[in-house]
Amino acid sequence: MTPPEPRGGRLAAEGRLPEQRVALVDLLDRLLAGGVVVTGDVVLSISGIDLVRISLRALLVSVREGDAVDGGMRHDRAD
Amino acid sequence: MDAEQGVYLYAVTRDEGGEPDGPAGVAGAPVRRLAHRGLAAFISTVSLQEFGEESLRRSMEDLAWLEEIARAHHRVVEAVARRGPTAPVRLVTVYTGEAQVRELLDERHAQFDEVLRRVSGRWEWGVKAYAVAGPAEPVAETQDAAPGAAYLNRRRAALRGREDGWRRAAEHAQAVHEALMDIAVAGTRHRAQDPQLSGRREQMVLNGAYLVDEARAAEFARVVEDPAERGVTLELVGPWAPYSFAALDHDGETAYGDAS
Repeated sequence: MTPPEPRGGRLAAEGRLPEQRVALVDLLDRLLAGGVVVTGDVVLSISGIDLVRISLRALLVSVREGDAVDGGMRHDRAD
Repeated sequence: MDAEQGVYLYAVTRDEGGEPDGPAGVAGAPVRRLAHRGLAAFISTVSLQEFGEESLRRSMEDLAWLEEIARAHHRVVEAVARRGPTAPVRLVTVYTGEAQVRELLDERHAQFDEVLRRVSGRWEWGVKAYAVAGPAEPVAETQDAAPGAAYLNRRRAALRGREDGWRRAAEHAQAVHEALMDIAVAGTRHRAQDPQLSGRREQMVLNGAYLVDEARAAEFARVVEDPAERGVTLELVGPWAPYSFAALDHDGETAYGDAS
């Protein structure tokens, strides 16, 4: 199965898109909310919704310098 | 296997290809293939010290760590998906040993089979839409209004204009989503990305993921490029391995509701 030409790659090659930066957010949408979720025997798996919140917060914190950071997990965005 | 080591699972495919010759996995570990009952799991060894629950909880707050793991996971999944139908597994799924991975392939055999059938010959495409700031609508000035009242009128009109603009963009995004759904086999809407994450000032009004037949990819892309789709800026990203369409336990009709 040959994938179609990656559009992001083409745009990046044309200098129109910083491929790496663009991909991370889109990647996390998929890696943290998608994929096969296996429960049961795993030693470790992170169940979807909390992880999405934790990591989104981590991402936001990393770009919002100077914002106060709460300790612990916060259910801050239900949307 | 060492008690301090675990098995990181990336993806499941049919047992058809050869040994992986793609990129290394997380922490640079080589990726290997575990075949069992017609399915193949792509795995690598990880340290349970790094992937233990406690350290993981801390690590998830560390963007650099998260990015490294996410990119390594993605590189492996991409390489696997290029070779045939692939069910990507959620980021950071770690087992204590290979025996457990075999059990998984046993217990979920029929469901993996169903997922692989569903994604075969199809790729995931992402389409994002952003509201375009429209031109400010002219505000009728009433000559005899006091300066304060005129200010308030302008302010109200500006707020109304912004709300109208957003509503129009959201309606437009919905229309685009429906047009894409006509071509896609399945679709789902991820939550809109925060402007600080998307790196764009405009409000995101659609963060869609669509499972599209290879043969219809060009037709799909044309919807995004359609000059009639004004009022929103559209962005097409892909193709991706079918991350958003790998849920077990669901059939194609019900698994992909609006997730926003």
